[in-house]
Amino acid sequence: MKFVFQFARIVAFCLLGEILAAVLPLPIPASVYGLLLMVAALKLGLLKLEQVRETGLFLTGIFPLLFVPAASGVMELGSQLAEVFIPVLIAIIPITALVMAVTGSVAQHFTARQEVEKS
Amino acid sequence: MSEFLQHCGSWGVFATLAAYALGVLINRKTKLALFNPLLMGSIFMIVFLRCFAIPYADYSSSAAPVNWLLAPATVSLAIPLYEKWDLLEKNVGAILAAILAGVITSLGSVLVIAWVLNMQRANAVTLLPKSVTTAIGMDIAETLGGTAALAGAVIILTGIAGSLLAETVCKVCHITHPIAKGLALGTSAHAVGTSKALEMGEVEGAISGLAIAVAGVLTAVLAPVAANFLP
Repeated sequence: MKFVFQFARIVAFCLLGEILAAVLPLPIPASVYGLLLMVAALKLGLLKLEQVRETGLFLTGIFPLLFVPAASGVMELGSQLAEVFIPVLIAIIPITALVMAVTGSVAQHFTARQEVEKS
Repeated sequence: MSEFLQHCGSWGVFATLAAYALGVLINRKTKLALFNPLLMGSIFMIVFLRCFAIPYADYSSSAAPVNWLLAPATVSLAIPLYEKWDLLEKNVGAILAAILAGVITSLGSVLVIAWVLNMQRANAVTLLPKSVTTAIGMDIAETLGGTAALAGAVIILTGIAGSLLAETVCKVCHITHPIAKGLALGTSAHAVGTSKALEMGEVEGAISGLAIAVAGVLTAVLAPVAANFLP
């Protein structure tokens, strides 16, 4: 029964997120609202970690599997993708590596500096 | 047969699990990063549908429950985030600076290729949100006059590429701090990258999950500005 309750609580946050996304005019999707609401509820003590933890970690553990149906949708876009093949390829591989390198390096620089200041 | 597949609610879910499981097995046997379970699972799925001439729409409606679970899974990223809250508070400046730098790099590089390759505006705006989560990115692309479905495909392919490149990029650029790794993955490769970050460690996963949300919102705000600079 524990898992039923945990899952119900998580889905309740999804629902709250969907309601917020429908009401507020911001470009934020429902699941991100749900995430922020759950963090807030945990911080405020309205929700205890053990009331969602096991089911939640199960769900985050199977994340890549959940993308299979959406990723298979690429098959529908054959001709459209072929048309923009070169730019898409550049966007997907080198630009992603560049974004990763820039974000990581900036973070590495700041966190390293902070640790030096502390010591 | 096709009538059965249209009304049967389990085959899509089962086929998804089977294709993914096969991907996991191959990944374990070969230990090659390129044989990523999501990439392999999706390829098997596409091959299967093509071989039996099953329309994608039939599969996607039968596998809808799997797709729906993305919502509670995204919400559950709150759990690792909450567990690592202290770390987040201590590094809030670094986190925001890094994500902002990543988002600007992403939008800026798309602008550069759009100019250099003389891309059509509709295609260029479709590529702008490529590093953010599908839920936000597809919406941005459509609002700016791009194609949502194409944006979705580019976003997922970006995520897969990001997971595959992660180890190499971190090594080459000397990104060693768990927070820096998490930010790099979440900002460049959204939720697919986050699943890679979760494999690397708890801190990486938690921070990557946060980066999805922050990068998504920043991109939603900055992409319309970037679109103004398109040829």
